[in-house]
Amino acid sequence: APALAEKLGLGRPALPEEIAAWDVDVSPDGAGLPPGSGSVADGEVLFSENCAVCHGEFAEGVDNWPKLAGGDGTLAREDPLKTVGSYWPYLSTVWDYVHRTMPFGGAQTLSDDEVYAIVAYILYSNYLVDDEFVLSQENFLEVEMPNAGGFIVDDRDGVEVPRFSQPPCMNDCKDSVGITMRAAVLDVTPDETAAGET
Amino acid sequence: MNDTPNTTRRGFLKAGLATGGALAAGGGGAAANPDPLITEVQPWATGLGAGVDATPYGLPIEYEADVIRRNVPWLTADVISSINFTPIHALDGTITPQGCAFERHHSGAIDMRKEDYRLMINGLVDTPLVFTYADLERFPRVNHTYFLECAANTGMEWAGAQLNGAQFTHGMIHNMEYTGVPLRTLLEEAGIQPSARWIYVEGADASSNGRSIPLEKALDDVLVAFRANGEALRMEHGYPVRLCVPGWEGNMWVKWLRRVEVMDRPVESREETSKYTDTLADGTSRKWTWVMDAKSIITSPSPQSPIVHGHGPLVIAGLAWSGRGAIERVDVSLDGGRNWQSARLAAPPQPMALTRFYLEIEWDGSEMLLQSRAIDSTGYVQPTKAQLREVRGLNSIYHNNCIQTWWIKPDGEAENVEVS
Repeated sequence: APALAEKLGLGRPALPEEIAAWDVDVSPDGAGLPPGSGSVADGEVLFSENCAVCHGEFAEGVDNWPKLAGGDGTLAREDPLKTVGSYWPYLSTVWDYVHRTMPFGGAQTLSDDEVYAIVAYILYSNYLVDDEFVLSQENFLEVEMPNAGGFIVDDRDGVEVPRFSQPPCMNDCKDSVGITMRAAVLDVTPDETAAGET
Repeated sequence: MNDTPNTTRRGFLKAGLATGGALAAGGGGAAANPDPLITEVQPWATGLGAGVDATPYGLPIEYEADVIRRNVPWLTADVISSINFTPIHALDGTITPQGCAFERHHSGAIDMRKEDYRLMINGLVDTPLVFTYADLERFPRVNHTYFLECAANTGMEWAGAQLNGAQFTHGMIHNMEYTGVPLRTLLEEAGIQPSARWIYVEGADASSNGRSIPLEKALDDVLVAFRANGEALRMEHGYPVRLCVPGWEGNMWVKWLRRVEVMDRPVESREETSKYTDTLADGTSRKWTWVMDAKSIITSPSPQSPIVHGHGPLVIAGLAWSGRGAIERVDVSLDGGRNWQSARLAAPPQPMALTRFYLEIEWDGSEMLLQSRAIDSTGYVQPTKAQLREVRGLNSIYHNNCIQTWWIKPDGEAENVEVS
């Protein structure tokens, strides 16, 4: 058997232009951000042209499409509204995702300055900056995201695993059992025959 | 029998029952009259079947037309960034047929030729590399069977019993035998630098689905796979190359894999901040909840697979799995969790793969509240929904591995319920 630590000499070195074309991720510390800037005012026009058909003129969402603004203080509620303003911890993610993946169906068509402007407008829609604001590579890390401190690293090993690793009851585990909720009452399951009978 | 066959199992069964129980006959009773299916020569016993050139690549026979992926339109805004469901209620064993194995896309299933495929490894490596598809096939290869479960599987059931069928409540899952190259091999080809702690993986599609994975996992058992269940990946499952991340949430199994960046930090991409983070009752959220905990489901009887044969012998069949290791045992309750008995595992369980269990009972026609409870090789016992809610509240969306209850009624119909 070949020793795996030994290189096989497969593949070829990636060229700088190739890495630049594909490696466009942006990290929370700003690494990966290109030079550039964009204003709320420019972002409002760009958002209206490229984004509002799904996300609404004020980033409030149309129909079932994602809401990008609103929901402050709702995370502990029964039905939280998670948006860029109420939930997202890092602005880098907004820039990276819009630049890489939006608009839906026309991804990777926005210039760097256009992405800065649209992100500025999303911040404005969330009342996080004023209407004179210009977002740039230089001031990017100064924007405070309200829910930046709202995340903890997976703690199931400490909180759940000991609790759920007790030898389970096998007999007479409870006094009585009653039905408390029924899916048929809600009746939101697609009709069984609809897909099969075309 | 009808000239035009019913194309759904339940439609077929109902028609059969209406005409005297074509499929339901038997059960030890003496026949009153000779069965014409035996006493009369049937067309298939005298004529000829299809030739070997009729079907170069076959599909299931038409009578199995209900064993298909289904979607739930109201779950998502459109069908492109959406989900469908594996018909687990109708399958058996553990291997999921690729053609009905569920799909989850964020910008649709893309169509890419092997010739157009490129994989880049860059970042904290000695030599950033580009591989073609042909390059990947020249690396030493392994085969492993793993489950892929969407983080959101059973997510619609957090607040209560909602969708009526195992396909819809538990069908964001498939289990395949993958052939591929350990990611470790490719990373070593590029040469990992000492400051490396994470990798960032992304797909070639417009959504990219970028995720951060700790280097330790990347060097352990992550696979760069190009075949599943013996053949090339299906388009919708990442053709020609996808990532396999054993035991971990399906979102991280990046399809159409185009780039692996070795990093000293996580990217905190959209798919690990806005999505695939789990909000607790106090409003804080867990991030990096990668592993899928031990879970099980009775696939039959279930709402889409009711009991139609009357009293007597009944096979209770189900699936169990754990991202933490192998399944050790599955218990089944007929009375809503008051009493339990251990089921029979159909084959020696494999780590981080689906395991089939059976419990054979005599059904006397009385109501049952069927439950299954998986226990894995670490001793973790699948919890109830109440136990999970006690820790997490109702808004976690992801990672719902609670015990499921089916209410079996005297007529054999089954319903998704919650019990006290």
